[in-house]
Formats: sequence, structure tokens, C-alpha cells
Amino acid sequence: MAAFHLLINNRPHDLEIEPDTPLLWILRDSLKLTGTKYGCGLGLCGACTVHLDGEAVRSCQTPVSSVGEKKIVTIEGLSANNDHPVQLAWVAEQVPQCGYCQSGQIMQAVALLAQTPNPTDEQIDSAMGGNLCRCGVYQRIRRAIHRAAKGA
Amino acid sequence: MPATRRKFLAIGSAAASGLIIGFRFDGPLALAQAAKKPQPNPNPFDAWVHVKPDGQISLIVAKSEMGQGIRTGLAMILAEEADVDFNSVVVEQADTRPDIYSHLSTGGSSSTRESYTPLRHAGATVRTLMIQAAAAKWKVPSSECEVRKGVVMHQKSSRQASYGELVEAASKLPLPDPKTLSLKAPAKFELIGHDTPRVDAPAKSNGGAQFGVDVRVPEMLFAVVARCPTFGGSPSSFDAAKAKAIPGVRDVFEIPALGLDMFTAGGVVVIADSTWAAIKGRDALQITWDNGPHASESTEGLRAALQAAVHKPGKRVRNDGDVDVALKSAAKQAEAVYEFPFLAHATMEPMNITAHMRGNECEIWAPTQAPDWVQRTAAGVLNLPAKNVIVHTTLMGGGFGRRAMADYPAEVAQIAKVVGKPVQLVWTREDDMTHDFYRPMACHRMMGAVDASGHPTAWSHTLASTAINVLFDPKGPPEEQEVGGAREMPYAIPNVRLEYNPVATGVPRAWWRSVENSFNGFAVECFIDELAALAKQDPVQFRKKLLTKPPHWKPRSEDDPDPARLLGVLMLAAEKSGWSRPLPKGKGRGIAAFSSFASYFAEVVEVTMTNEKECKIDRVVAAVDCGQPVNPESVRSQTEGAIIFGLSAAMKNEITIKNGAVEQTNFDGFEPLRINEAPPIEVYIVPSHQAPSGMGEPGLPPIAPALANAIFAASGQRLRRLPLQLKFT
Repeated sequence: MAAFHLLINNRPHDLEIEPDTPLLWILRDSLKLTGTKYGCGLGLCGACTVHLDGEAVRSCQTPVSSVGEKKIVTIEGLSANNDHPVQLAWVAEQVPQCGYCQSGQIMQAVALLAQTPNPTDEQIDSAMGGNLCRCGVYQRIRRAIHRAAKGA
Repeated sequence: MPATRRKFLAIGSAAASGLIIGFRFDGPLALAQAAKKPQPNPNPFDAWVHVKPDGQISLIVAKSEMGQGIRTGLAMILAEEADVDFNSVVVEQADTRPDIYSHLSTGGSSSTRESYTPLRHAGATVRTLMIQAAAAKWKVPSSECEVRKGVVMHQKSSRQASYGELVEAASKLPLPDPKTLSLKAPAKFELIGHDTPRVDAPAKSNGGAQFGVDVRVPEMLFAVVARCPTFGGSPSSFDAAKAKAIPGVRDVFEIPALGLDMFTAGGVVVIADSTWAAIKGRDALQITWDNGPHASESTEGLRAALQAAVHKPGKRVRNDGDVDVALKSAAKQAEAVYEFPFLAHATMEPMNITAHMRGNECEIWAPTQAPDWVQRTAAGVLNLPAKNVIVHTTLMGGGFGRRAMADYPAEVAQIAKVVGKPVQLVWTREDDMTHDFYRPMACHRMMGAVDASGHPTAWSHTLASTAINVLFDPKGPPEEQEVGGAREMPYAIPNVRLEYNPVATGVPRAWWRSVENSFNGFAVECFIDELAALAKQDPVQFRKKLLTKPPHWKPRSEDDPDPARLLGVLMLAAEKSGWSRPLPKGKGRGIAAFSSFASYFAEVVEVTMTNEKECKIDRVVAAVDCGQPVNPESVRSQTEGAIIFGLSAAMKNEITIKNGAVEQTNFDGFEPLRINEAPPIEVYIVPSHQAPSGMGEPGLPPIAPALANAIFAASGQRLRRLPLQLKFT
């Protein structure tokens, strides 16, 4: 066990935990931030995507010991009133079906738009290629990202 | 006050006042307050409509939301006929209380189909009672009152009252005779048939939606199970010392495999303070497995057995005319063998379930399509009466048939009994992939013939598969869940035969999105395309000639498709895809039209062959006739999803067996389509006021044959083994 100080969604958290514990399980089991999902445990599906200093990472592949001082943002911390432009675009385009992968999709899309404010379809496909959706809502995800890019 | 209403007030809702109406989805409408006689026990009603004093309406029903948008659709239907604002209706998940609800499972693309008319009647009952209450209050004839968005108005006297104001009086009125209820004319629909945003989209965009695996009960522990990789195997011995040394691990114990209807693997359970500790504890277990009786099974062996089985006569399921004579005497003949692998459901949320055993009661939080089966199963394992087990159904991160199963509920009951505290059983992705109930493996041998003018004269279909029913009902007919859609082959051919042979396996199998239609749609729609080519005719025109509807046409069974409706979607898809416009060399279009779950779909795929072995899908066009569309946005969304699900299977996915175990363990071995592989999809809906039909599944069957037929059109290659043996770019 070791002590860790984490800054998650602008709130400090002090934890005593095994250093190899993936950030995913700290969020879900220790802190009950269940918006970040477990999908595969191998970084293959993107359901567990969160931001470390604004960069999209797979929290299932991020041992807590590797986080250091980096600021963690999860889906719960993306906006105060669920009104981040990407969230609004997700609702406007009626993206979710089962919804399980959508936290990861949204966190990945937000990171994409921070890097590439007006992405082409190819850039979207490239950036979002690691995020699986079994309901198959991919064309709505493309539309929602374009909508968010336009600020609509 | 009728007993049923008192019962609901006592246990159904803490603050229940207002108007409460119970009704059934099947059979004649029954209303709680009209039922003076004691209700038969169990099973009074399927659903309750509760109009509250603030005018809000709850529909309490056991229909599981797994992504199909059912909570939105059911609320729309009720709000339409009750004539209230859509946002004033909320669908609440019924718990498993057999004394107040009849339980319903969610599957077979049936929720809208079975609830549409009863829900409209329930809504119209609310509207009628509100009008009667207002008319009595104002001492005016009911016929002079109108309703607009939850407000009753009397124009002549300029009076109005909201449902909230009227509900107390309305609840004391006798219920109207269901036969006298007036339903809205479809032309006056303001919700049904109009795009309506999903009620769950905001919570599914902010992390707030709570799925089964998100349940957090105070003092909850976590469990994972080490199951024998080989189906039918079990631990012969295990050493838990290293597992117990992992920080956070609380306990390790064995659970036995359970039989019929549960089909659990059994194994070694690790209980821990966190999911991660449980997973690490399991990794540290040292287990020696007894691999059991199926350890020699392999995909190669099953393929050979299936191929042998389609070359033997089977059980005759359909036999029109004399196929053998027609085949022998025909001008031209064709033969094709199609092969299908096992497929995993691979829902994004792996299987999981939470249970708390307290004395002689058990509370369960289940992401399930079948809450009553969960209740029955857990009660059986725990040796409790069913009423002592309550199941709360959670949101599901996908179902597709997997969550209709009772294996993970049986496991959690075994575990909860030992643990005595709340415990969440989590399946890792590897567990989910290697211990699914797979879409059966199948082989189809088709023979057909056309006469000198190119008209088909014979159709012979021999199907062999690892039958689902052999698992669930070993004494029942093996073909029962294998032949649908093949038996109803819709083309007017004088001599038609379908025969079936089951092949034994130790691999569990069950219902996968669209069940047997997923392979029968391929066999029928690829082979009719092969016959069109044999006849040197255009695939659309060839099908069109064979989709005839004689003046006195009658379906042979309730599953028999209406040829005119199938033709309707065929021609719509052809038109919207620009079927008659020629494509340059190297490109091709394929079409398939198929009916399942009472809906009609035709899909066109356009491909480019980048070289002989590489193909790119440029575009998909879908036409759907699902009767009256309730939420067209949802119809489009389900169609898109079913197409991507079907393309994943057509292009990439297969579960293979080696030494009696599944070889694929995660999304690297069984990878659903990714965004960069997903083609643009256009969906066109046939306007209709016929009864609504299924939407979750029937968009799937035509996509794989449309793709295979497109590859043939572009390259001349007939690909007959799934997944299609080609590189997709």
C-alpha cells in the first residue's frame, strides 16, 4: 500500500492503495465515480477514457503510481451543468443507444477537438478509432463531433 | 375500493394517490378499478398507469432499457392517447413483485408490438375519465369538452381544468367500457410517428446513467469467478494461498456448475474489497482443471460434422411440390454451401449482477432482459419462495439476447449465500467472451433450378446447426429456433423443400440479435441472388417477379411475410440506392430483402473492389416497413445499429473452438466494427398505419447477404463462408 494524492475534477483525494491499481478501479470502486466504464481491461475499447492534463488516456492502462501531479478529469467533471458543447451535440444528434461506451467516446472527442478544432471525417475516424461502440452509432458520433466543432 | 388498487397503494408506491389503472398487454384490456372480483394469483396486471395529483403520469412496467429506446417509445404511446405533454410521462421500471405485476421479459423485438394497442387503450381511458370528471364538475355534457396537453377545456363557458386538478374526482368514477373508448385517428397523431428525443440521452452523455455494474450498495464486496476455459470442465483441485495473500482479498471458495436453464460453469470464486483486488486474486489462484467431456471439440471438427449433416436427409420442415423431380428436369441447376461460425454477443458492459442475501430474503440488482427468470433462478438456488427474492432491473450496456440468460444470476445467488453481505459479481471481458451463449454454428446446402425462360422451378434448403433448443428443451423439436425465415422463404417457386439436422456440441448457444434469421436471411437472400445470376437476370427484377400476392393470399402462419410489403421495401431500397444507374468497373451493388419479427427490410450495399482480395464498403441504403413507426428517430437509430452489428459479423467476427474452449478472449480476437470501418447508412421508412412491428433485430439479417451480393456484382466472386473471407479496407 502507498499514499497517493490525486486531483480529480478539481477536487483533491488522498488514498492509501496498491500502486499498481489502475486509475479506472480507483475511480469506480474507491471514489464511486462510475461514469468511467470498464470494457476490456486491455486498452482495446476506450470505454474507460479520461483526461490526464487534457490528454485522453485509457484509465484501465494507467496505474495510479504513474499519474503523478497530473490533473484528472472524468465525464463527471467535464461540465457543471452537462452543457459542454460535446455533450450538447451528443444529445442533439441522439447519439446514445445503450450508452455504456459514451463516457469514453465523449472524453475522446473532447480531446480531439482541443487538438483539432475542426476535424475532417478522416481525422475523426483516426482519433476515435480506439473507442468501440457495440450499438454501432458511429455515424451519429461523426455528426455530433462536426456539430460541436461548429459550436452548434 | 377494489382490492387490486388497495394492494398497489399498499406496496406499489409509497405516496400513491391519484388515478391508478392496471392493464394487461395480452388479451382484452382489464382495468384495476373495474375488476370487482378478486384477481387470480399470481399475475393481476402487466403494467400500471398512475396519474398523480401534480398531473405527472408514471407508466410502471417491466420492460428493460438496453439501448433500444423503449422508455421513450412507451411514454410516447401513452402520452399520445392520454393527450398530455410527452414530458409529463415517465416510464418506471417495475420490480419483481408477482402480487402486483405480471412480469415481462424484453426480447424478440416485441415490446412495442405487444404494448401498442393496450397502451393506447390505457391512455384513452385516462383522457376519457378526465373529460367525465370535468363534465360532472361543470355540469356540462362530456361531448362539449375537449382535451389539450393535459388540460380539459369547455369552450362555451371558457372553463378549463388540468388533469392534476381533476385526478381526485376522476379516480372515483367507474372505468369506461373499453369497447366505447375512442382512439385518436392516426392523422391526428402529434407524438406517434414524429421524431422524439430519447429521454435517456442526457444521462447517457454525462456519466449519470446507472448500469448494473455501477450499482454501489453500502458494504458491498466484489466477486470474480475462475471458470474452466473448457466447456463442461471443473476444478479438480486448487490452491488459494497466493490469492489470499493479495491485499483486499477476503475469501476464496468453490461453487458447483448448475444445470438446465442455468448452465453455469461453476468454478473458484474470489471475494475482495475491490474489483481489481478480486481480479488479481483470481490471477494468483493455482487451479488444476478437469477438462470434462467436451475437451476434444474444435471448430474444424464441428465444420466437418455440419458439412456431413447437410448432405444427409433431415427432418422435413417444408415441402411444396416435388423438389427432386423439378431439380432433375430443370434446364439449369445451381448448388451452394454457406457456412456460419459461432458468434459472441460482446455487449459493451460485461455480465455482472449484485445481490444481498439477508436471512431468508434476497435483494438483487440485475442488468437483465428477464427479471422474472432471475427471480425464479435465484429463488431456486437459495431454496426460497420467489416472493422472498426481489429483483431491481438496471439499465443495460447492451443486451442483444445475452442478458436474457440466467447463468450470472444463478452464480450470484450461489455467491451471495456464502458471503452474507452485498456482493457484486463482475465478469471480466475475458469471462464474457469465453463463457457466452453463442449464436449457433451452422451450415446450409442449397440446390436450385431455373427453367429455359429463367424462372426458378426448384428450391432445396438443407440446414444443419448446433441447435439452441437441444440445450434448453432436450426433448423438444431441435429445429424450433433454427428454421425461422428459411421456412417462410417468400419467393413464389413451385417446388420448395427445407430439411433440418441438428449437430451436437458442448458449446453453449442461445439467442443472438435476430436469432436464426441472422443465418437464414443470408442463405435465402444469397441463393436467390445466385439463381438470378443463373437466369442471367437483374437481382431486383428477378425477386420482383417472384414476390407475387394472389388476390386471396393468406399467410401459412403468423410468421409468413406479406409478399407485397416485402416487395415494397425491395423497390424502395432499389430506388433510393439508384439501382438502375450503372456503376464503373470494380464497383458493385448488392441487395437483400428479408422479413423478421413482423417487419420488412431491404438493404443495398455499394462496394469498391480495390483489388481482387480487398473491398471497401462505400454506402448502405436501408428501406424499412415496420408498420406504424412510433419514434422514427428510433427506427433509424435501430436500423443503423443493426446494420453495424450485422456488418461486424459479416466482415470480421467469429468465435472458434480449440480443445473445447473459445480461442478469442477479448476485443483483439473478436473485434466489433470500429468507426473507421463504418460506412455511411441511409434509412428510408415506409409510411404506414399498420400495427407496429419489431425494430431491435430485423434490420440485421439483410446486411450480410447484401454485402456478399455486392461483392459478387463487383468481382464475380461468390463468398459463402462467414465472416466473408476478404480484406475490408
